[in-house]
Amino acid sequence: MSDATEANGTTGAAERAGAGAGERHVRVVLVDDHRMFRTGVQAEIGQTAQTGVEVVGEAADVDQAVTVITATRPEVVLLDVHLPGGGGVEVLRRCAALLSAAEAPVRFLALSVSDAAEDVIGVIRGGARGYVTKTITGTDLIDSIFRVQEGDAVFSPRLAGFVLDAFASTDAPPVDEDLDRLTQREREVLRLIARGYAYKEIAKQLFISVKTVESHVSAVLRKLQLSNRHELTRWATARRLV
Amino acid sequence: MPEAASLPLDDPRPPRKLYRSSDGRWLGGVARGLAGHLGLPVVWVRLAFVGLFMADGLGALLYAAFWFFVPLGVGGVGDQRPQSLVGTETSPDGRRRLVARKPDKGQIVALLLMVIVSMVFVGSVNLTGGAKAYLLPAVLVAAGVALVWRQADNARRARWVEVGSRRRTLTLLRAGVGVLLVTAGVSAIFVMQGSAAHLGAVLQAALAVLVGITLLAGPYLVRMTQDLSEERLMRIRAQERAEVAAHVHDSVLHTLTLIQRNADNAGEVRRLARAQERDLRTWLYKPEGTGKDEADEPDTVAEAVRRNAAEVEDKHGVPIEVVVVGDCPLDERTAAQMQAAREAMVNAAKYGGEGGAVQVYAEVEGKTVFVSVRDRGPGFDLDSIPADRMGVRESIIGRMERNGGTARLRAVPDGGTEVELEMERAERTS
Repeated sequence: MSDATEANGTTGAAERAGAGAGERHVRVVLVDDHRMFRTGVQAEIGQTAQTGVEVVGEAADVDQAVTVITATRPEVVLLDVHLPGGGGVEVLRRCAALLSAAEAPVRFLALSVSDAAEDVIGVIRGGARGYVTKTITGTDLIDSIFRVQEGDAVFSPRLAGFVLDAFASTDAPPVDEDLDRLTQREREVLRLIARGYAYKEIAKQLFISVKTVESHVSAVLRKLQLSNRHELTRWATARRLV
Repeated sequence: MPEAASLPLDDPRPPRKLYRSSDGRWLGGVARGLAGHLGLPVVWVRLAFVGLFMADGLGALLYAAFWFFVPLGVGGVGDQRPQSLVGTETSPDGRRRLVARKPDKGQIVALLLMVIVSMVFVGSVNLTGGAKAYLLPAVLVAAGVALVWRQADNARRARWVEVGSRRRTLTLLRAGVGVLLVTAGVSAIFVMQGSAAHLGAVLQAALAVLVGITLLAGPYLVRMTQDLSEERLMRIRAQERAEVAAHVHDSVLHTLTLIQRNADNAGEVRRLARAQERDLRTWLYKPEGTGKDEADEPDTVAEAVRRNAAEVEDKHGVPIEVVVVGDCPLDERTAAQMQAAREAMVNAAKYGGEGGAVQVYAEVEGKTVFVSVRDRGPGFDLDSIPADRMGVRESIIGRMERNGGTARLRAVPDGGTEVELEMERAERTS
């Protein structure tokens, strides 16, 4: 993949990352049961001086993950969905307290080879702030990590597709409709994400700022977690996902 | 080995457990098993049982208890088997056969003996009329149950010992006789009490029938279902394993071999890997029964989009990421749209594939079907293309317009081209 060389410091990436390294810094824990994959990610994002990402811990299964996360209190956890010992959802469940901690909450970014609906929806409902697949490029991954650190949501196009599907398939408005329904703008943003646009491109397309895009996506995520009772559960049950 | 084994005491096996002998037994193999366990001749044990039997039937009770609770010996008959005192000389080779053949005669003798002894016993016992009326039928029932119970034993044993057809008829016969005996006993109770015509007696008879049937069928059914469910589970597991193995072998290993062979051809390797990934993904994540063996022609929009993308991806070796929202059946118009979309994918893969994956997004919302195909290539300007090049004009824009849809080409801000195809679905006719 071309992005590997990019992340390792060809001119473009190095300049970009170098510029940000001064002000940006994030502590990350890698959770994945494949050592090879951890090594690969480490090599791609781990040059702290250039990328601003510092990998402070690694874990290969649920128990290890909980221990490492509790001990190191990272800002972001890169979490694999399929893990021995219960999977990423189990890690999220056992770290629920850290997730909602008032100061320095630990945020989770799911990073999985699977983009099956049940995996995606499962970890998002578990409280992950984003979901990206393992085909993501190094620079995009670094970007996503910082985004999650700041509390914003990161969706892959496919995840955006799932969400659109979930909210579109039911037109009958439930009682507390404003809680669960997406606004026209949010829907538009999601649609562009599903079409493969980056946040920056969406901002240009819709003549809004990147920050606004991010807040739209965060709103979607909030609704996604809130809407357990309505569309999403119905949608998921209809597809035998839960 | 056979010579050493011909003397029981020369053959010490420290962890001895009491088993009933499945070989050379007369009834339940209890005497034989006990004899083997205690290192006594079988005849002694049998005589002891007969003697105890005379003491108000204690022997029979004891025997029955042993029969009930002691498991049948597992295969290793030689371990537990007492030395043959069944009237044959111990000859190292022939012994086994002789012993194995003997029981058929022995069993008959034993049964006859049992019947005679019980007759004597029953005759000698002084019972009041009421109890006596029940005794004979009860004995009959007991014999029937015993036969069938033993048969359940055999069902279990059949897993260790291959069952020949001869044995099968034998078991059938045994079951038949058992049932017959039980029925005879039960109806005897009925007939004897019929004349008295007491309600209580009828109830008792009914109870007897119930108990009889339960005793008959219960253990047999339990063992059968246990055996069956275990077997079914094993079979399902084996099948699943075989299916996974077959699939991994057919596709994954095959692809890996191809990749090894084409290691220096980056494009080919990428194409193979992508195709394999898609295949495996379908196989792993699709719900049971959908798409594992897809029909030849797609009949919904989502299916068509995915199919087209897969084919283009295979042909041009450029990854295509597909997101589909909603779905609807294909009609004439949307079919044309799908063809246009395919053309757009081909273009994107051909000219814009260098910049990364081609992204395809399809959405069905109400009556509108929307498809967007986007690449991150250098981008192109429709006006700068010579008028005689009909690819985009005809097969994408022209096709959409002829069918009542719209097509738009536009440059994406950060490089690349996006083709947007919009089509109203045909009026529903069905």
